[in-house]
Amino acid sequence: MSVTTPAPVRKSAASRPARSSRRAGTAGLAAALLSPTLLVLVLVIGYPVVAALRLSFQVSSESIDPDTGFKVSASSFGADNYTSVFSDDRLLRPWWNTTSFALASVTLEVLIGVAMALVMHRAFRGRALVRAAVLVPWAIPTAISGMLWKWIFNSQGVANEILGAQVLWSSDGFQAWLSVVIADTWKTAPFIGLLVLAGLQIIPGELYEAARVDGASPWRVFWRITLPLVRPALAVAVLFRLLDVLRMFDLPYVLVGPRKHSVETLSMIAFEEMTNLRFGTAAAYATVLFLYVAVVALAFVKLFGADLIGRGTRSET
Amino acid sequence: MSRSTQRLHLPANNEEDTVSSSRIAVGAGQGRPKPPGARPVRRAAAVVAAVMCASVLSGCGGSDSSDADSGGPEKSQDRGPITLASGKDTTGTLQGQLDRWNKQHPDQKVTLVELPESADQQRQQFIQNAQTKSGTYSVLNLDPIWVAEFAANQWIDELPAKEFPLDRMIPAVVKTGEYFGKQYAVPFNTNAGLLFYRKDLLGKIGTQPPTTWDELKQACVKVRKLPEGKGIDCYAGQFDKYEGLTVNFSEAVASAGGSVVDDKGKATVDTEAAKQGLRFLADGFKDGTVPQQASTYKEEDGRRAFQAGKLLFHRQWPYQWSLANAKDGSSEVAGKFGVAALPGLDGPGKSSLGGLDLAISKFAKNKATALDFIKFFSNEANARTNLKVTSAAPPYTGLYDDPALRKQFPYLATLKESLDTATPRPVVVHYGDATAAIQESAAAALSGSKSVDEALADMQKNLSAAVAAK
Repeated sequence: MSVTTPAPVRKSAASRPARSSRRAGTAGLAAALLSPTLLVLVLVIGYPVVAALRLSFQVSSESIDPDTGFKVSASSFGADNYTSVFSDDRLLRPWWNTTSFALASVTLEVLIGVAMALVMHRAFRGRALVRAAVLVPWAIPTAISGMLWKWIFNSQGVANEILGAQVLWSSDGFQAWLSVVIADTWKTAPFIGLLVLAGLQIIPGELYEAARVDGASPWRVFWRITLPLVRPALAVAVLFRLLDVLRMFDLPYVLVGPRKHSVETLSMIAFEEMTNLRFGTAAAYATVLFLYVAVVALAFVKLFGADLIGRGTRSET
Repeated sequence: MSRSTQRLHLPANNEEDTVSSSRIAVGAGQGRPKPPGARPVRRAAAVVAAVMCASVLSGCGGSDSSDADSGGPEKSQDRGPITLASGKDTTGTLQGQLDRWNKQHPDQKVTLVELPESADQQRQQFIQNAQTKSGTYSVLNLDPIWVAEFAANQWIDELPAKEFPLDRMIPAVVKTGEYFGKQYAVPFNTNAGLLFYRKDLLGKIGTQPPTTWDELKQACVKVRKLPEGKGIDCYAGQFDKYEGLTVNFSEAVASAGGSVVDDKGKATVDTEAAKQGLRFLADGFKDGTVPQQASTYKEEDGRRAFQAGKLLFHRQWPYQWSLANAKDGSSEVAGKFGVAALPGLDGPGKSSLGGLDLAISKFAKNKATALDFIKFFSNEANARTNLKVTSAAPPYTGLYDDPALRKQFPYLATLKESLDTATPRPVVVHYGDATAAIQESAAAALSGSKSVDEALADMQKNLSAAVAAK
């Protein structure tokens, strides 16, 4: 360090214009080096987003030719798709479902995930086995686990057998909502567990030792040492889960089915519109969902200070 | 894509030349240094390309779909390899049928493109294909409910009805391929609902299988009084909120003498007949004729209940026959049940139609081959083999009276009866919206959250909106 620092100072003192031109050169080089990546990003992310946005303003009207029966469609641009999205009473229920899924399952997942992480963090025989076992639900593709839980929640299935009751899980109602929360929690609590475990492993052992010397109760140790120090990892995990649940589609679609109002999410509505070839309204729903997710994510980052872009621990102080 | 299919028109010994010359032609167009002696080759390439263009259906552009009459299958002379896009082949017999064709037509091979098992996902694949105007799928194996939508969007071509033995098929089944009085698809196989009943229990109370809903309910009351019929559930169909509910609701309405959508394409579910049809189902849930859990039944749930001996009557597709007769212990009712036509309000009811129709994609290449292949694939001999091997119901009337087949499938006579009176599901361009409207209100009535009158008033409103093109 100390050897190299004088060199640029000397040089800059000698020839100033040379330096600025070199800086411009580096900027150009940096831009040139980055441009392939940026180009790919623009192509695979930028273009679809813009295209979807454009599509959401494309209003199409169709009619059937009375002689041939062929569809005649015309399209224009306007905000009609958005007015129909917001004037329709179909928006509120899926919005609430999406939000309530996010609140309920993320809360449960945090509680269970943190508990899992604490267990996995302990040194005991068969720890490797427990860690592997906990990860199994996370490793199963969502659609498959949806099918598994569909069997469990079948009217003649295991859940009813164990409960000794005839609950019709897949029929519309609170029970269907609950079944989705249960299946989602089962599947993704390990994800939170894993990230929290990573957070736990970087907490220095001396802190616990010091706490023990001071005679702190385990509960107090958890609240005062473990939780604050694991918070950055936990916040990132919760943010990821929150974003995931808000755009949830596959689990309720497979587990309960489409058009069941108690579990219909915003993504499902957009999909439903798309399958019925109303691409404009589908894009409008998707845009609304996109904005909602963005707002929630921003609010979460502001409130809990999830450290996403790696500013390190400095932002904590 | 198009180049590879075009190439196959040429004699085999030219093939290599064509490929290399076209490659050079492309290179030269981009202003690359010309290799010495390239000129004659390029000229040859241009000639070859022009010939190829002329020989291909809609020119090298390929995607100008606006001139609709340019490429009807009956006018097409183009032959060559094609594909058959069909749902997942659960029977494992499709490839065998294609092999037979391929052996006879080595230069017009048909390749099977397997799509997902669910009809909805197949439709999405078809639509994606149509919107990109891709020629990947030549012959489509379509669920009949989508025929209207595909025809209206001009994604499939009209077929020359006269060239098919449609008069030997069941009329209602032929109608599933029709839109605006034109034949857009021909039946590959068909399907109708049957009433599966417990022969042993009905024998004990000495009654024939019911032909009306009242008789069905009375039979249940009597059977439940028997010691062996204690606690048995009376009737179930497919009542979960999915396509099966549309089928069952349409059947109930038709069996009461009504229709869901009339001949002129108007929604007619606010009629007295429609009310009586839905009332049979809704009251059934209320008075315990239909078990509560049947509101979550799809085909397989009901089959499990029937095979476990928990159901006296079951509305089901014919596939249940061989499964419920399995002697391996999976079914407790093997040999103890029979089938009858569906019951109705004042007499035998009417079934909805299932099955599959074959159509030709508008964007397909080699439509002459595609047409020939459909003729082969849907012919009577093939339908007979399919019935024998996969128990798929054939569209041909004659096969139902064949003694050998009747021996193998004792339910054929009843199935024929059902098919003769069956009604296609509503012919609606926006079928997805129509079936959603039906399921929405029917489910509300069955769960009791809406009265039958209220539910049907809503259904009439939403169905009318779906039927009228927006």
